[in-house]
Amino acid sequence: MKILINFFEKVGYSITSRINRLGMATRLFFLIIISSGESFRRFHLTMKEIYFTGVMSLVIIIVSAFFVGMVLGLQGYYTLQKYGSSEAIGVLVALALVRELGPVVTALLFAGRAGTAITAEIGLMKATEQLSAMEMMAVNPVGRIIAPRFWAGVIAMPILASIFSMVGILGGYVVAVIVIGVDEGAFWSQMQANVDFRYDIVNGVIKSLVFGVACTIIALFEGFDAPPTAEGVSRATTRTVVTSSLVILGLDFILTSFMLGG
Amino acid sequence: MSDNLINIENLTFGYGKELLHKGINMEFQRGKVSAIMGGSGSGKTTILKLIGGQIQPKSGSVSIDGQVVHNQNLSGIYKLRRKMGMLFQHGALFTDLSVYENVAFPMREHTDLPENIIKDLVLMKLNAVGLRGAYKLMPTELSGGMARRVALARAIALDPDIIMYDEPFAGLDPISMAVICDLIRTLNDALGATSIIVTHDVAETFSFADYIYFVADGIVAAEGSPKQLMASKLPFVKQFIHSEKDGPVPFHVSAPSYNSDLAL
Repeated sequence: MKILINFFEKVGYSITSRINRLGMATRLFFLIIISSGESFRRFHLTMKEIYFTGVMSLVIIIVSAFFVGMVLGLQGYYTLQKYGSSEAIGVLVALALVRELGPVVTALLFAGRAGTAITAEIGLMKATEQLSAMEMMAVNPVGRIIAPRFWAGVIAMPILASIFSMVGILGGYVVAVIVIGVDEGAFWSQMQANVDFRYDIVNGVIKSLVFGVACTIIALFEGFDAPPTAEGVSRATTRTVVTSSLVILGLDFILTSFMLGG
Repeated sequence: MSDNLINIENLTFGYGKELLHKGINMEFQRGKVSAIMGGSGSGKTTILKLIGGQIQPKSGSVSIDGQVVHNQNLSGIYKLRRKMGMLFQHGALFTDLSVYENVAFPMREHTDLPENIIKDLVLMKLNAVGLRGAYKLMPTELSGGMARRVALARAIALDPDIIMYDEPFAGLDPISMAVICDLIRTLNDALGATSIIVTHDVAETFSFADYIYFVADGIVAAEGSPKQLMASKLPFVKQFIHSEKDGPVPFHVSAPSYNSDLAL
């Protein structure tokens, strides 16, 4: 009986602590929104963070996108040629990237590269009392430190996702047209004819915006909430990647079902 | 105008049901250097956080210049904090900013001063702590003592009325310690500030502090000038000042009997 009570206690504690953390993350989100004035009044603070989260992620985004595009070109060609429609390879690569892989893979890479860096940085700032020092200088750390990073993530993500899609298409072009020999005109003209700006490109950008908000808020919250110890920061960094990845994939399904339904 | 800039009355504070402070009364006189001493975990740093309004007391009050800190809203607390400068135990310098930018930080945040004036002020503050020549360095390039001095320059950047020091001597070599002691006294007198030092370093503190509080078991166990405390017959004060390993503060943490733990 005691074992059963202990089990339910543990489950209950786990559920309530998760709800509690969700509430705290939501509170942080609203605090960021309220304290965001400075991020735009002193835009250089946000620009600096865009450089760290966006520009510094470019290498991993470009290299990954190129390989993903090449694999799509290769896989797509061998599937499509069975049905005699290998000229549609351009559409396949573009739609797969613009609608799904661009926003999703970019967000996953962003969580792994920039998200972990944000969590570790904020966690260490907390552990070394830098945030307390800022508070004691009558400077709101949410406005000065957290909000610029949040907006940087939100701004950088759609740009990175667009770059991912563009480079991915280039990768697909290299494999399909240059290596395999698919007709170049068919590759581009089919893509131009079948990729819709509103339903494909804008929806992809909306997805990446939502992922940008989710990834950045998770990374910031984990850092802000991390116990001020080496172990605490390390666990928070791991949680950033795990939570972000699950949230991105879950949100992707929800958004896709709404977009296709609409 | 009252002689006391800061008053702490019947202050109680604790985490959960456990009380760390059980009715503390302290008064910090304007222009004086006061020290709060006590063993590790006695809640000395917590008193600084209560003065700074970073945490709320369970009961009692902390007032600065007649204004009760925990009755203020956030903007009121920020207004009070602009009168304060705080030196954290390990400096808490912003690691992504240079020494120059660290000291300029409060000026940039709270004033609209032009860059040339900020530059002059930063160099003056750094000169006061002897580190004008290090303004280009990053915090990772500084020794512990230098980092503490830069943090001190940052703490006095806006000429505060109150300067709080959290363990300013921890982990410093004797030369750096002497430098920090001298700076605390000199800056306090030059700025006409009121300084509060949290420490457990007896020799250094007794050499320059005007008034000292000893905190133990959640209350002020003793208080007075260094001279009065040196002559104190209170067992706790004697044990602390003379670094005796056993006394009112026992060597052993309370535990079941030794024999029962070893199953003898």
